[in-house]
Amino acid sequence: MLLAHGARPKPINAITASLIFGWRALLKIKHVPEQLFDVTAFPIMFTLLFTYMFGGAIAGSTEEYLQYLLPGILAQTVVMITMYTGVAVNNDIRKGVFDRFRSLPVWQPSVLVGALLGDAARYTISSSIVIGLGMILGFKPEGGFIGVFFAVALLLVFSFSLSWIWTSIGFIARSQESLFFLSFVVLFPLTFASNIFVDPETMPSWLEAFVNVNPVTWLVTAMRGLIHGVPDVESIGIVLIISATLVGIFGPITMFLFRNKK
Amino acid sequence: MNKIPLAIETENITRYFKDVKAVNGISLKIETGGVYGILGPNGAGKTTLIRMLATLLNPTSGSGKVMGYDIVTEKETIRRLVSLTGQFASVDEDLTGLENLLLLAKLLGYSGKNAKKRALELLSGFGLTDAAKRQVKTYSGGMRRRLDIAASIVVRPALIFLDEPTTGLDPRSRNQVWDIIRSLVADGTTVLLTTQYLDEADQLAGKIAVIDHGKVIAEGTPSQLKASVGSNVLRLHINDASEVEKAHHIIAHNMNLDVQTNSDPYLLTIQTENVSAATSLITEITSAGIEISRFSLGQPSLDEVFLALTGKSVEEENVD
Repeated sequence: MLLAHGARPKPINAITASLIFGWRALLKIKHVPEQLFDVTAFPIMFTLLFTYMFGGAIAGSTEEYLQYLLPGILAQTVVMITMYTGVAVNNDIRKGVFDRFRSLPVWQPSVLVGALLGDAARYTISSSIVIGLGMILGFKPEGGFIGVFFAVALLLVFSFSLSWIWTSIGFIARSQESLFFLSFVVLFPLTFASNIFVDPETMPSWLEAFVNVNPVTWLVTAMRGLIHGVPDVESIGIVLIISATLVGIFGPITMFLFRNKK
Repeated sequence: MNKIPLAIETENITRYFKDVKAVNGISLKIETGGVYGILGPNGAGKTTLIRMLATLLNPTSGSGKVMGYDIVTEKETIRRLVSLTGQFASVDEDLTGLENLLLLAKLLGYSGKNAKKRALELLSGFGLTDAAKRQVKTYSGGMRRRLDIAASIVVRPALIFLDEPTTGLDPRSRNQVWDIIRSLVADGTTVLLTTQYLDEADQLAGKIAVIDHGKVIAEGTPSQLKASVGSNVLRLHINDASEVEKAHHIIAHNMNLDVQTNSDPYLLTIQTENVSAATSLITEITSAGIEISRFSLGQPSLDEVFLALTGKSVEEENVD
């Protein structure tokens, strides 16, 4: 009486499975809207704080500095919130629901790909807030809507790839506290020791050397080019290569941890 | 030879976690149909065994087959045939009951319309229609369990693993879950159930394996098991601890019965044949001037089964 009768439906493919898990992530946003706090508060805080605090000192005027800073703040905001992906995974595995997903006959990485697709929605909200606020403060993207669109698209690709580091760490971390600590240790140097705030040429040579190989620097250079209408093929290419490498390394690590979680 | 494959067959299956032998060489043959119960205390290895059979964990050594398929090399096939209800509710607390079932129905291949139909059908079958649009975190323990089992049968599984489905439930919710399990079996599914309660295994299972320290220490039908333990247990609570010794002596020597002391210093447990044997025993004790504060006659508890099978109580086992 309770059991299903008739033929069993056909198994679904990898893309459908990922989209269904993406839908789950959106449902979670609907039910727990507080989780959008970080994607809204962070960008507003960062944009206002850095524009008005550094603007006068670094570029002579806040409006001029904003043209330089905003693409970087956009990148920083989204890169910072990628760590919440790890927090979400860490939360999920401590509840039993992951066991159920793992015992389903679907393409296994879809659980995580779906979660990351849901995160892409959060990143888009964040990006819109930063750009919107920037425009109010006087930011003028010379690359127009198309330039901004591609810059955000590139940022989403990079963040999606970077998130796989957090999903791996999400499986290993014993607690959320250790996860937060670890992510700050990684994210602070990555975002601050970059060309987001100042031109690396003003830095001591050892720091400049680090900044120049920092993936975030490449990302910000590529985004600035796109936003200001002078796309730089080299940096875009390098960002895409870095992204592919991140997925190539941390994707399999995450899946190994996912399959072998006790 | 046209033989129906066994639901589960394991050969000396083991799983170690570092030095801990969670499952230490279990060989089982479980036929299809009905409920098979795995009885054991906390930490006996029940969950580890189930997780291996549900393909969530690879064995350290030994082998296992579920519905005739190997649990290591044929995971995908097994996943299409079985479903697992873990010990901790494996539903998403942030979503509503309806969304949880919709999510699973879609993942299992139902189209949008049919997914909704199946989800609503299950919610009504499990008495959750009124709570369909509430987040699961607002559900009671019993409701959560029912949703959890509903989530396991979105498509018809050949075999269902239920890991301690009634642990922590109140008696009413427990009865509801029992009814669900009975109707699943009546509908033709095989259920592998783990439990800490002999009573539960007795109510539901056709056959029971008692496991302890990762090993099977007894296997049989509930009546065989109870027979090996003694079908009735009389528990006597003596009012004065100083008189326990005296009561013990009377029962063991004058009446020649098997009597056991417990971690509770006031309690004596005695295997008795029947009610009249128990009454005469009580008469004997009271006429010796020993005051009995209360007594009960009933089925042996898991602790007493353990005592009979291993000579140790569950508590002593845990100290080891």
